Amino acid sequence: MTELEQLERTIAAAIAAAADEAAIEAVRVAALGKKGSVSEKLKTLGAMTPEERQVMGPAINGLRDRVAAALAARKAELRDAAIEARLAAERVDVTLPVRQAPAERGRIHPISQVIDEIAAIFGDLGFAIAEGPDIETDYYNFTALNFPEGHPAREMHDTFFFPPDGKGERKLLRTHTSPVQIRTMEVQKPPIRIVIPGKTYRQDSDATHSPMFHQLEGLVIDRTANIANMKWVLTEFCKAFFEVPSVKMRFRPSFFPFTEPSLEVDIQCDRSRPGEVRFGEGEDWMEILGCGMVHPNVLRHGGLDPDEYQGFAWGMGIDRIAMLKYGMPDLRAFFDADARWLSHYGFRPLDLPTLFGGLSS
Amino acid sequence: MKFTLSWLKDHLDTDATLDEIVERLTMIGLEVESVDDKAALKPFVIARVLSAEKHPDADKLRVLMVDTGSGDPVQVVCGAPNARAGLVGAFAAPGTYVPGIDVTLSVGRIRGVESRGMMCSERELQLSDEHTGIIDLAADAPVGTSFAAWAKLDDPVIEINLTPNRPDAASVHGIARDLAASGLGRLKDGAVAPVPGEGPCPVKVRIEAPDMCPGFALRLVRGVRNGPSPKWLQQRLIAIGLRPINALVDITNYVTFDRGRPLHVFDARKVRGDLVVRRAKDGEAVLALDGREYALTPDMCAIADEDGVESIAGVMGGEHSGCDEATTDVLIESALWDPIVTARTGRALGIVTDARYRFERGVDPQFMVPGLELATRMVLELCGGTPSENEVAGYAGHTPKVVSFPFAEVKRLTGIDVPAQTSRAILSRLGFVPKGEGEAVEVAVPSWRPDVDGKADLVEEVMRIHGVEKIAPQPLAAHDAVNGRILTTLQIRTRAARRALAVRGMLEAVTWSFIPARHAELFGGGQAALRLANPIAADMSDMRPSLLPGLIAAARRNADRGFADVALFEVSGTYESDAPDGQRRVAAGVRRGTARMDGQGRHWAGNATPVGVFDAKADALAALEAAGAPVDKLQVEAGGPGWYHPGRSGTVKLGPKVVLATFGEFHPRTLAELDVSGPLCGFEVFVDAIPEPKAKPTRTRPRLDLSPFQAVRRDFAFVVDRTVEAAALMRAAAAADRKLITGVRVFDVFEGAALGEDRKSIAIEVAIQPAERTLTDEDFEALGARIVDNVAKQTGGVLRR
Repeated sequence: MTELEQLERTIAAAIAAAADEAAIEAVRVAALGKKGSVSEKLKTLGAMTPEERQVMGPAINGLRDRVAAALAARKAELRDAAIEARLAAERVDVTLPVRQAPAERGRIHPISQVIDEIAAIFGDLGFAIAEGPDIETDYYNFTALNFPEGHPAREMHDTFFFPPDGKGERKLLRTHTSPVQIRTMEVQKPPIRIVIPGKTYRQDSDATHSPMFHQLEGLVIDRTANIANMKWVLTEFCKAFFEVPSVKMRFRPSFFPFTEPSLEVDIQCDRSRPGEVRFGEGEDWMEILGCGMVHPNVLRHGGLDPDEYQGFAWGMGIDRIAMLKYGMPDLRAFFDADARWLSHYGFRPLDLPTLFGGLSS
Repeated sequence: MKFTLSWLKDHLDTDATLDEIVERLTMIGLEVESVDDKAALKPFVIARVLSAEKHPDADKLRVLMVDTGSGDPVQVVCGAPNARAGLVGAFAAPGTYVPGIDVTLSVGRIRGVESRGMMCSERELQLSDEHTGIIDLAADAPVGTSFAAWAKLDDPVIEINLTPNRPDAASVHGIARDLAASGLGRLKDGAVAPVPGEGPCPVKVRIEAPDMCPGFALRLVRGVRNGPSPKWLQQRLIAIGLRPINALVDITNYVTFDRGRPLHVFDARKVRGDLVVRRAKDGEAVLALDGREYALTPDMCAIADEDGVESIAGVMGGEHSGCDEATTDVLIESALWDPIVTARTGRALGIVTDARYRFERGVDPQFMVPGLELATRMVLELCGGTPSENEVAGYAGHTPKVVSFPFAEVKRLTGIDVPAQTSRAILSRLGFVPKGEGEAVEVAVPSWRPDVDGKADLVEEVMRIHGVEKIAPQPLAAHDAVNGRILTTLQIRTRAARRALAVRGMLEAVTWSFIPARHAELFGGGQAALRLANPIAADMSDMRPSLLPGLIAAARRNADRGFADVALFEVSGTYESDAPDGQRRVAAGVRRGTARMDGQGRHWAGNATPVGVFDAKADALAALEAAGAPVDKLQVEAGGPGWYHPGRSGTVKLGPKVVLATFGEFHPRTLAELDVSGPLCGFEVFVDAIPEPKAKPTRTRPRLDLSPFQAVRRDFAFVVDRTVEAAALMRAAAAADRKLITGVRVFDVFEGAALGEDRKSIAIEVAIQPAERTLTDEDFEALGARIVDNVAKQTGGVLRR
C-alpha cells in the first residue's frame, strides 16, 4: 500500500466516524485545511521533477477531490439525520382534543330561529314585521277586537290582570297578538300586510299550554283580500315553513269575535311514527291555526270603513309550529333554560334561515 | 254539547251514516270533539245462567254454568249475591275488555275452579254505579245477542266543541237544523202544541229587575207522582253524562239539551206566596241544589218568595224548594235571563251549569212559552197531574233583527261565486227570512240566532253551509318590485345582538316575563302596577324589571343539575311601567363558573379560569357593536346598579345621560338573596337606547389612505396612583399626537411593594404611523416627550425607568 492509499484510508475512516457537523469540519480541516494532510501532499508537488509530478499530480489531486466529495456526502447525511432527529423529537399526539370554537357552542333558541324563518317566508310575500307591547289595555285586547263586555268569549282567554289603577281600569297581559292589528291600523293606512310575532299570556299550564307562549299574528287589509287569498297565503306558508312540496289543509268554520267569517285550519299529517310528525302525507288532521275575515267592527275600531276596506287575519302558536317541525315533546322545556335542551334543540348562530339557502339545514 | 245519534234522529230525518254526520258537523262549524260509537260494549252478550252451585272452597262464590247462545255452556265463577239459575244477564268472554274494572279478561282459576268469563254488573260496564249484583234482565231477553243493542246502549254519543256564538246549537234540535240546512236530511217539525190549563196559576210573578229578566213564564201542575223517569229518558241522560234524579228534574234536563231551553221546577208546597224576580240583597245567601251555600250580591238576580231567595236566576235552583219523590204540586219555570248578568253571576260564584252555559250565550226568547208547554206535556205524560194556565210576566214578544244583505257580499269576502238563489235557499233553511227580490234583500234574523248582526255574519252562514272546501285558493297580488328591508331598526338590532352573543359561545334562553316579587325588588322593580292580580303561581307574580334575575335563576338550575359552567343570554322585554313605552328591549347574559368565551373547564392545554367582570364587559361591548352602537364614542365608567359588585362593575354610556349597558360581577348579597353561588358575571345592553342611525345618502365607505412609511411601536411604562383609570392614561397618551398615534394598547398592569403604597404601573404600547415622511430619532424623542408630558399632566403618571 502506498503512502497515499494509507492516507486516503485514514481520512475515509475519520469521515465515517464523524458523528456530527463539528466532527466533519474537524476532519475537513485536518485533511483539506491549510495545514491539512492532503494540502501538505499538494504542497510537495512543487518540489517534484516533471516526471514525478506527472505521476503524483493526478494521484494527489484525485485524492483531494475524493476526500472533498466524501466530506460533502457525509455532511448532507448528517444534516438529514439531524432533521429526522428533530422531527422525531417534535412529534405530538394529534389525537388530543382541541377546544371548540365559541360559534360552535353558542345556540339560538328555537323560538328565535322559527321567528326568523317566518320573517324569511313572509318577507318574500311582501309582508312587514310588526310588534306591540305585552302589557295591554282592555280596549286593545278585547273591546276593539269586538269582544263584548261580559261575553263568554272573554272567558275563553284566561287573562292575567294587573290591579286596577286610580280610574278603576286594569291593565292586562295580552292574551293574543291581535291588539297589534288595531295598533297598526291606527298608524298605517291600507294596504297593510304584516305579521306580528310576540309573547302572549294565558293563565293555563300543562304539557301543551304554558302561561307564557308565542303567537304569530297575520293581517292583510286592502280593497280585495278575501278568504280565497287567505287560503293561498296560509297554504303557501305551511308548505314553505314545513319544507314539504305540498300540504293538504282543511279549513272549517269556527268562531272568533274579531273575525267574520271565522275558520279553523287543520293540516294533514302522519303521526304514526313516535316523536315525529310528517306533513303532506298521512291520515290525521291537526289543528294549527285560527283565521278569518277581519270583523267589520274591528275595521271600524281601526278607523277603516268596512265597506271600503276588507282583509283577513290569522293567529298561530309559534312554539307549537316549532314543536311540530322540530319534534320537541314538551312546551314547558322551552322556558326552562336547561343547557342540555338548548344545546340539543337550539340552532347554530350562523345558521341563518333564508329562502335562497333553505330555511333549515 | 253532547247528544246521541238516536236523539239527533228524533229531530232529523236522515239516512246518513254516523261517519257522514260527524264529518258534516265539523265542516259546517260544529266541530266534533269526540265520538263514542259504544264499540266497547259490543263484546257483551245476553246469557242465561243454567245452574248455580256453591263453590266447593268459598262460601260467597258460586260456580255457574252459563248459556251464551253459542256452543256448550260455559263455566263461570261468580261472587254476586243475585247469581242464580235462570237469571238472564250480560256475559263477557275471555279476551273482553271490561271498562268498569279496567281489565281484559282471561281464563282464570278462582280458588281452584276454572272460570271462563264473567257475568257483569252495571258498574263493570260503566252503565251506572250499581254493583250490589250482576245485571238481571227480563227472562225473555234474547240469549246470544248483543246486550248493548238489546238494551239500546249502543247509541253512539257525539260531543261537539261548541263555539260561544252558537246558543242555538246547544240543543239537539238546533244541531239537526244545521245538518238539514246542509242537505243531510230533513228537519222534523219542532212545534209544540199548547197544553190547555185549568184555571190561572195561583202563584203570581212580579219582575222588579226587568233589566235582568226580560221574561218569565210559570205554571203549576197539581197532583203529580214524581219518581224515577222512564228507562229511555234515563239512558239518554246517562249517555251524555248526566245523572238521572227523578222524573221532574230529568224533564228539565232533557228539555235543556233537546231544545236548548233550560227550565226550573219548584216544589209548589215549599214556595210561600208569590215569586219576585229582583236583585239580590247584600248579605243574602241561598243553599243551592249542589248542597252549597252561596252569598249573593246586588249584581246578581234572585227569584224569591215570601221567605227569601229560592233560586239563583239562570244559574242554579235552591235546595229548599227542590223537587223530590214527595213532590205532588210542581211549579215549572221557563224564563229569560240577561246573558251578561248570568255570566257574571256564574263566574263570581264559580258555578258551571247547563243552564248558565245556555243563558250566558242567549236562549231563544220565542221558545220561552213553547218550552214551558213542552215541559208541561212531558210532566203530564210521565207524572200525571192537572196543569194550571200559564202565568207570563215581562215578555212582550220578539222583534227580529233585520240585516240588509247584498248577495255580492259573499263573493266580496270569500272569493267564491254562490248564486243568489243558493244563498237565499241556505238562509231560508237556517230559519232566516229574506224579504224582497234582486241583488240585495232584507233578511230577518231568527230569534235563536243572537250572534247574527251584520252582513258578514250572513256571509259566514252561506259559506259554511255551501262548503268552505269549495273556495279555491287564489294567490295574493304579487309585489311589482323587489321587496325591500322589512324589519325595523329595533328588530334588526335585536337579531344582530342575539346572533353576536351566540357566536360568543352563549346559549339563548327564553325565560318567564314574570318573576318572584323578591327578585323584582332586588333588581329595581316590584312596583304595585306591575304585580299581577292573579299570578299562576306565587313565584311568577311580578313583571321583570331586568332579564338578569331570570338568567341567574336559570344558571342556578343548571348548576343544580351538575352543569356549573354555563353561559346564557336572552334578548327580550323588560318592564319599567305598564305603559307601552315602559317595555324595554334588552340583551342580557350571564356566565357562571369558568364558562368563558374561549372555553370552559379543564383542558390539557390550559384550564379555563373563573369568569369575571371583563368577560361581561366583552360580551356587552360585542352586543353593542353588533346592535349598531357607535362603539368609538362610548365611555365606560366604573360602577353600576346595586346588584353588581361595586368595585367590579361598569356602566357604558353615550354622552353624560344615555346608559347603553351595565356589566360586572354580582354583589355577594344579590347572589345570596337569589340562593346561587358564583363566580357569576353578567351584563345588560339596552338595545332600544341606541340612537337611530342617521339616514345615509349612499353606502360608500370612508376613503382609505394607506401610508407608504413603516409603522413603528414604542413602549412606555408609567407609575400612577392606584385610583387612576387606565382609560384616562390611554386617552392622555393618544392625545399627544392625534395624527401620528393610531393606537394605544395596555400590555401590562402591575402593583407591587417596590412601586410604593397605592401605586401601580401601567405599561402601554403606542402605535405610530408616519404619514408624510420617515420619522427621525429626534421626531421620536419629541413625540415620546409629549406622551410622557401629557400622561403626567392628565394622570400624574411618572415614566418608569
